[in-house]
Amino acid sequence: MSEPSARLKKDLTRHVKERVIEAILFLAAFVSVFTTTAIVYILVSESWVFFQHVPLGDFLFDTQWTPLFDDAHYGIMVLLSGTITSSLVALLVAIPLGTIIAIYLSEFAPFAVREIAKPFLELLGGIPTIIYGYFALLFLTPLLQKVYPDLPGFNLLSAGIVMGIMIIPYVASLSEDAMRAVPMALREGSYATGATRLQTALWVVVPSAISGIASAYILGVSRAVGETMILAVAGGMQPNLTFNPAEPGATITSFIVQVALGDLPHGSIGYQTIFAAGLTLMLLTLVFNLIGYYMRKKYREAY
Amino acid sequence: MNQQELQALRAMIVAHKRWDTLFGVIGILALMLGLMTFAALFADMAINGLGRISVDFLTSFPSRRAANAGILSAWVGSVLVMLVTAFAAVPLGVAAGVYLEEYAPKNWITDIIEINVSNLAGVPSIIYGLLALGLFVYTFGLGQSILTAGLTLALLILPVVIVATREAIRSIPQIIREGAYACGATTWQVVSDHIVPYSSAGILTGVIIGMARAIGETAPIITVGALTFIAFLPTMPFTGELPAGPFDWLFAPFTVMPIQMFNWTSRPEAAFLSNAAAAGFILVLMTLAMNGLAIWLRYRLRKNIKW
Amino acid sequence: MNAMTDRYETLLPLKAEARNLSFYYGNFQALKNINMPIYEKKVTSLIGPSGCGKSTYLRCFNRMHDLYPGNRYEGAIDFHPDHTDLLSKKVDPIEVRMRISMVFQKPNPFPKSIYENVAYGLRVRGENARSVIDDKVEAALRGAALWGEVKDRLKELGANLSGGQQQRLCIARALATDPELMLFDEPTSALDPIATASIEELITELKERVTILIVTHNMQQAARISDYTAYMYIGEMVEFGVTDQIFIKPKRKETEDYITGRFG
Repeated sequence: MSEPSARLKKDLTRHVKERVIEAILFLAAFVSVFTTTAIVYILVSESWVFFQHVPLGDFLFDTQWTPLFDDAHYGIMVLLSGTITSSLVALLVAIPLGTIIAIYLSEFAPFAVREIAKPFLELLGGIPTIIYGYFALLFLTPLLQKVYPDLPGFNLLSAGIVMGIMIIPYVASLSEDAMRAVPMALREGSYATGATRLQTALWVVVPSAISGIASAYILGVSRAVGETMILAVAGGMQPNLTFNPAEPGATITSFIVQVALGDLPHGSIGYQTIFAAGLTLMLLTLVFNLIGYYMRKKYREAY
Repeated sequence: MNQQELQALRAMIVAHKRWDTLFGVIGILALMLGLMTFAALFADMAINGLGRISVDFLTSFPSRRAANAGILSAWVGSVLVMLVTAFAAVPLGVAAGVYLEEYAPKNWITDIIEINVSNLAGVPSIIYGLLALGLFVYTFGLGQSILTAGLTLALLILPVVIVATREAIRSIPQIIREGAYACGATTWQVVSDHIVPYSSAGILTGVIIGMARAIGETAPIITVGALTFIAFLPTMPFTGELPAGPFDWLFAPFTVMPIQMFNWTSRPEAAFLSNAAAAGFILVLMTLAMNGLAIWLRYRLRKNIKW
Repeated sequence: MNAMTDRYETLLPLKAEARNLSFYYGNFQALKNINMPIYEKKVTSLIGPSGCGKSTYLRCFNRMHDLYPGNRYEGAIDFHPDHTDLLSKKVDPIEVRMRISMVFQKPNPFPKSIYENVAYGLRVRGENARSVIDDKVEAALRGAALWGEVKDRLKELGANLSGGQQQRLCIARALATDPELMLFDEPTSALDPIATASIEELITELKERVTILIVTHNMQQAARISDYTAYMYIGEMVEFGVTDQIFIKPKRKETEDYITGRFG
């Protein structure tokens, strides 16, 4: 037995050591809060300078986006139209196909098919987006041009379709998770009335999992809106106020890449435009992420 | 039920089941579309790029002449950036995950951290690029360097590592903790002797998936200002005319694989497109190998759980 | 009629008859060579300690086991009056489930309105005429003694009802399609005593219209509501008979031990 005072001292150092470790771990966890704060700070402070030069009204309502020209215009609508058009095309591909795959895997596929398909989808989701961009520009666009010869070499359509294919794994995998979380008792209740698989899937499983499925869709939207390289490679980077996917167009993201590729001096107005564009993008995805977050929360409560 | 009613019932069931069969076919077709896209993507790059892949391609710098160009600076850059990313993201992510699972009290600070982690997972990667441009490049003065790029990607994959760590820790049953505490262990002893070792395979899976994502990321690296044409390597530590310090390479300009591919893709000459295909093929193989390894690890893990 | 049913000295019409019924979960034999009659418009209850196979047996009648891979039936369930073998591979499980409805252990209303919950079975059969569905929904809710409580809130979610009401909603759902046989799998095990009493009363009323097979974990319940009782133990049918006889003077020693609480 050691002296009581020595033991006390040992306990004290042990206690201090525990507290120090806890503090270090807390700081590591707090990095996420720091990151968010830093993102908001950087975007807002640079945009603040930007909006000193460009009135907010011009930013929101001007129909031209020519920040690098002598006659500079800063109408974000132009970039938004590209973002919205390409995202819509992507969602038209990803939501139906992703949902069908999810229903098929969750309710129809034999065990072996599901065991192979799920990791395969995951692999598909892990392919770098630059690869998908290459694929859109050099495989899909020439293919589409065979059907539709007037399609320009850079266009939002082929970028959007490939973006949709890229998003399918996310939509399918998250929707399938939501459907698998529907209790078996509900399916049995449906089958016991003589329902077929499809009736059970569409009338009971999908409605039960609807908030989880919706949050998968929201995640898909947020991916599409934030996707950069496919559009930078295959969409063309000309600002173009259009909702016609068969035209080339710039998006918020591809504009940022375009500026970053050039050599803009730090502190110039051109440099600040990318932060104003980034802030717009951030606000857009924040809205979608919040909706998705609450939907996920709601569907966790459901069971 | 009489025979007539039974006949009608059976006819109706046959009609209903036709829709089931139809949907089954549609489902398989939708899956096949994914498979076919993947096959087309892979085949297209293989056809256009395989001819370019050689030892010279791996050991040459980019060049104005497509036939002489290679990916030496790109793959070296990717490896070095990944090194920084791993060194930053793994300890930070694991520590954060451990804190949230084993230490965090139920209060509003913890809630804020959790909301932040899940929100950051949904932030577009290009926003991380803008963050790094404003913060690392200009505020911290780290320049357009390997260090900046590595740290940017580390922040980007941090949520992936945190979530994987938390899931792995959560699968450890409470009795393990209680057993260790019952022996008189402190929280840190429980964490360092039991929790982290037992969840290491799950954490590793998450780290690999995160790194696979980081290696293919292009947009944030372009935003921080990676150069697209680099015909030299960072000076090795302790070499060069004025011997370089052990960490000088961190501040060197660089390029990475996906940026090299982007650069070649945006050239009009067909010869450069072959180079792009070749670089893309190697990049796809790298990410497939990493993701495949992670999936296999997770599969093994699930089979071997013996709690 | 085979020898098994002759023993009960009855000329009551049969609704179904299990013949040499065995059931396997993979390699595990859960039911062993069961022979049992089910009389028309009577309540037959299945009792026995948990794990004895009574729910497994019940779920053979609407081929619920077909939903999961690796399950296998042997023998037959002869369904009257048309003598369809319910277990035959040639008979579609959907056909079986359209004729035989089921009420589960825990109330499992769909996340739909009260009205749509009851209408579900009709919609599954392709019925779309609003007036037909309205009438059948009302009749089923009346049959399940729920109409008075819900007639003004048919559009509300089924999940908003109390536990006992939810279970009666599930009974209405099972009743709406005019089944020939209704299966109840411990329908009151998740309910309080008052709700249990109302369900028991309902079952007694329902036997005027439909044949009922019920699994219960509660011997008093079996004694109160059923006309016939079967005692099962580890996948075997130990004894079948008129309820009074099973409870007052069982023929087999094992049955008596279970009934008197010496075992189980």
